[in-house]
Amino acid sequence: MQTGDLTIILPEIVLSIFAMAGLLAGAYGGRDRLGPAMIWTTSALFAVLAAWIGLQGAGTATAFGGMFTDDAFARFAKVTILLSAAAVLLMGEGYMVRSDLIRFEYPLLIALAAVGMMVMVSASDLMALYMGLELQSLSLYVIAALRRDSVRSTEAGLKYFVLGALSSGLLLFGASLVYGFAGTTGFAGIFEAVQGRAPVGLLIGLSLVIAGLAFKVSAAPFHMWTPDVYEGAPTPVTAFFATAPKIAAMALLARVVYGAFGGIVGDWQQILAALSVASMFLGAVAAIGQRNIKRLMAYSSIAHMGFALMGLAAGTVAGVEAMLIYLVIYVTMNIGTFAFILSMERDGAPVVEISALSLYSRRSPTRALAMLVLLFSLAGVPPLVGFFAKYSVLLAAVDAGLVWLAVLGVIASVIGAFYYIRIVYIMYFGDEESELDAGGSTVLTGFLVVSAALMLFGLWNLAGIEGPAAAAASTLVR
Amino acid sequence: MLLDSLLSIITFVPLIGAAILALFLRGDDAPARRNAKYVALAATCTSLLASLILLAAFDPEETGFQFVEEGEWILGLTYKMGVDGLSVLFVMLTTFLMPITILACWDVTHRVKEYMISFLVLETLMLGVFCALDLVLFYLFFEGGLIPMFLIIGIWGGKDRIYAAFKFFLYTFLGSVLMLVAMIAMYVDAGTTDIVALLGHNFGSETMEIMGFHVLGGFQTLLWLAFFASFAVKMPMWPVHTWLPDAHVQAPTAGSVILAAVLLKMGGYGFLRFSIPMFPVASSLLADFVLWLSAIAIVYTSLVALMQEDIKKLIAYSSVAHMGFVTAGIFSANQQGVDGAIFQMLSHGFISGALFLCVGVVYDRMHTREIDAYGGLVNRMPIYAAVFMLFTMANVGLPGTSGFVGEFLTLVGMYQANTWVCAVAATGVILSAAYALWLYRRVVMGELVKESLRSITDMNRREQAIFAPLVVMTILLGVYPSLVTDIVGPSVGALLDGYGEAVAQYGGTTQVAQHGGH
Repeated sequence: MQTGDLTIILPEIVLSIFAMAGLLAGAYGGRDRLGPAMIWTTSALFAVLAAWIGLQGAGTATAFGGMFTDDAFARFAKVTILLSAAAVLLMGEGYMVRSDLIRFEYPLLIALAAVGMMVMVSASDLMALYMGLELQSLSLYVIAALRRDSVRSTEAGLKYFVLGALSSGLLLFGASLVYGFAGTTGFAGIFEAVQGRAPVGLLIGLSLVIAGLAFKVSAAPFHMWTPDVYEGAPTPVTAFFATAPKIAAMALLARVVYGAFGGIVGDWQQILAALSVASMFLGAVAAIGQRNIKRLMAYSSIAHMGFALMGLAAGTVAGVEAMLIYLVIYVTMNIGTFAFILSMERDGAPVVEISALSLYSRRSPTRALAMLVLLFSLAGVPPLVGFFAKYSVLLAAVDAGLVWLAVLGVIASVIGAFYYIRIVYIMYFGDEESELDAGGSTVLTGFLVVSAALMLFGLWNLAGIEGPAAAAASTLVR
Repeated sequence: MLLDSLLSIITFVPLIGAAILALFLRGDDAPARRNAKYVALAATCTSLLASLILLAAFDPEETGFQFVEEGEWILGLTYKMGVDGLSVLFVMLTTFLMPITILACWDVTHRVKEYMISFLVLETLMLGVFCALDLVLFYLFFEGGLIPMFLIIGIWGGKDRIYAAFKFFLYTFLGSVLMLVAMIAMYVDAGTTDIVALLGHNFGSETMEIMGFHVLGGFQTLLWLAFFASFAVKMPMWPVHTWLPDAHVQAPTAGSVILAAVLLKMGGYGFLRFSIPMFPVASSLLADFVLWLSAIAIVYTSLVALMQEDIKKLIAYSSVAHMGFVTAGIFSANQQGVDGAIFQMLSHGFISGALFLCVGVVYDRMHTREIDAYGGLVNRMPIYAAVFMLFTMANVGLPGTSGFVGEFLTLVGMYQANTWVCAVAATGVILSAAYALWLYRRVVMGELVKESLRSITDMNRREQAIFAPLVVMTILLGVYPSLVTDIVGPSVGALLDGYGEAVAQYGGTTQVAQHGGH
C-alpha cells in the first residue's frame, strides 16, 4: 500500500473517522442529547466533502491494485449521494426530535452508509463492490428498524434484512461464478477476458450479480421489500432510502455492466430491458390503489428506477448520461416530495393518508402549488424538468434501437401519471377542507419550494448538470 | 431589436403576467380579485398588441419562416421560434380571443387569482405551440397545455368535473406520448430536432415488413400514425372524440371557449406542420382513410348532436362535426381544401367561442344548461336573441358569415379528392342546419311559459362588449375572405408543391419497382 492510495480515498477515510469518533463521543459523552447537533455536523461534513470531491480536477486514478477507482463517474455519483444525504438528514431532524426518535447513532449510521455508497460507486473489483455494498446495507438494516418499539418498523427492518441477505447471497454466488470463468475479480481483468462470446457459466454469474443489484435498486421483480420498508420505517429514513442508496446502487450497476462486462453489451442489455419494463409497469399499476403516501412513493420509486434502467439498457454513452441526469432529477424531485410528506401533520402527529390532503390547496396555497409542480414533474408532464429526465432516457433507448422499450415506457408513464395527478386532484378539487396543520417548518418549506423551483427553472439549463454527466458517462463507457 | 424577439415577447408576456400574479398578489378580498383580473387583462392585451405588430410586419408573399429566433438549449435541443403563413393567423386567433376570455370570466369569484394564472400560463403554452420551430419545444408547449386546462376543468368546472378532467388529461396524454416516441425516432433518423431542417429531410418510404405485414410507406407511415394518434385525439376526430363533450360540459364557460376556439386547432395545425409536409407519402397513402373518418365524423356527430338535451354538449358535438370538415380539407391536399381547412379553423374559433359564450350568458343567470329549461327567451332578451341568431347561422354556414366560406372551400377541396366523401359530408351540412336551428327554436323562440324565466335580464354592457369583436370578425371574414386566404395562400401553395413532388416521386419509384419485378 502506498500513500498515494490513501490520498485517493481520503474523503472516505475522513468520513469513516468522523463516524467512529462520533460514536465514541455519543457513547461516552452526551448520549442522545447530541443527536440534533450530530445531524447538523454530519450534514455539514457531507456538504464539505461533496464540494471537495466536486472541485477535484479531472482525471482518473486507481488505488489498491485497481480495486478502487476515482474517476469522473465516481465523483459525479458521490457528489449527488452526499448532497442528497445531507439534504435528507436536515429535513428529517425536526421529525426525529418530535417523534422522540432522535438517537445520536442515526446520523452516524447514515454517515457509514454514505461511506459504503462511496466505496460502491468507486469499486472496480468484485471484492470492493461487495465490501461497499455490505457496509451500506448493514447500516440501512439498522436504521430501517430505528423505531424499536414499533412492530411495523421492526418488521420493516427484519424484512429488509432477510431479503437483503438473500440478495447478497445471490450476488456473491454470481461473483464466484464470474471469478471462476474469468479468472479474476478485477473489473479491468474481467473486461479483457470477456469479449464477444461469453461462456454460459459466466452469463449465469452475470445474471445473478445483476439480480443481486436489482434488489438494491428495487427493480421489479426484486422489489417486494420496498413498499413495506418504506411504510414501516420512520419517514426521514424512508426519504433517505428513496434517494442516496438508489443513486449508489444504480451507479454500481452501471459500473459493473460497463466496467466488467462492456464486451458483451448484447447479453446484459436484454436483462436490463426486461427489468426496466417490469419495474415501470409494476410501479405504475400497483401505485394506483395505494392510500398511504409512503407506499405510493415506494411504487413511484420502482417505476422511476425502471426508467433509469432504460437509459442503462441502451448500452451507449448517451444512455449512461441519460441515466445520470435521470437520477439527479429523480433525487431532486424526491427530496422536495419527502419534505412535503414530512410536514404532513395533524395536531403535531404525522399523517400519511393521501385522503388527508383533501383541499389542502386552500389551507396552504404555496406549499400545495409547489407540490403540484413536483407531482406533474414526477409524472413527466412537459414543460417541467421531470419530462426532460424521461426524454433523455427515451432518446437513448430509441437511439440504441430499443423502440419497443421506449413505446412501453411512454405507455407506463401515462398509467403512472394517473396516480400523481390523483394527488393533485385531492389537493385541489377535494370536497372537505383538509385538517392538516398549515405550517411545516422553515427548513421543510425551503426544501420543498427550492426543489419545485428547480423543476421550473431547470428548464433554462438543467442546473448545469449536463456537462458533468456527459463527462462522467464518457469515462465509464469504453 | 423588438422585431427580432417579437415572437418571444408575444409568447411570454402572459407568463410574466402570471408570475406577477403568483408572486406579488396577496389575499382573496374583492380588490385583490379585481387586481388579478386587471393584470390578466393587461397581459393578454399587451400580447394582442404585440401580435398586431407581428401581423403588420408579416410578409405574406414570403413562404419561408419569418421572425425566426434561435438559441442554444439543453440536451442538444434548440430554442427556435418562427412563424409562416400557416401559423401566423393561429397566433392572432389566440391573442385575439384571450382578452375576450378574460372578460368572460369577470364575474368569477372562486379563487380568481389561480384562475387568471391558469389562463395566462395556458395562453403562453398555446402561443408556443404555433411558434415553436423545434420538435421538442413544440411538444413541450403542446403537452404543457394539459396542466392548466386540467386545473381549469377540475377546479372551476361543473358537477362531474373530476371525471371530465381525468378523462381529458389521460386521453390526450396517451395520444401524445406516442408522438413523443415518433419525434425521438425522427431525431435519431435526421440528427436534428429543427423543424425547418426536418421539413427538408426525406424520411424513408420504402415498404417495410413488420411481423409479416407489408407496411406501405414504411418508416413514414409509422411516424405518421404516431403523430396521427396525438393530433386525432386533440382535434378530436371520430372515434376518439369522446373526451370532448365531457370536458366541454364540465368546463367553465371561459374554459370551453379556449378549448373549442384554440386547443382544438392544435391538432389541425399539427397535421399541416408535420403530417403533410414531413410524411407526404404516408399522408397520400392514408388520405382516403382520413377523409372517410372525417365524413363519418361529420354525419355521425351531427346526428348525435340532434339528440342532445344539454346545450353545451350539443355545441361540443357540432364542434367535432366542424373539425371533420377541417381534417377532410387538409387531407384533400389541394389549395382549396387546405385554405378552407385553415379558414374553417379560424372561423370555428370565433363562432364556437361565441356560442359557448352564449351558453355562458344564460347559464350565469339560470345555472342550468338543459335545453328544456329554456324557451321563449326572445321575449325578455332581444339582444341576446339576435346575437345567438347570428352565431347559430354562422355555425350552420349561412353565406355572408365566415362559417360558409370554410365549409364551401373544404367541400370544393373534398370534391376534387374524393367525390363520395364530399357527398356524405354535404349531407352533414343539412344535418348541422337541423340541429342548430332546432336548438335555437327550443331555447329562444316561442312563448315564454317557464315561470323561472320571467325575470331573466338581457345582456349587460360587458357581455355585449365581449360579443362585439366576435360579431365583427364573423361577418368580416364572411364577406371578405381574402383577408385570410391572401396570408395563408402562398404558404399553402408551397406546402402543396412540396407534397405533390414527393408523392409523384414515390409513385415513380414504386412503378419502377413494379416494372423491375416483372
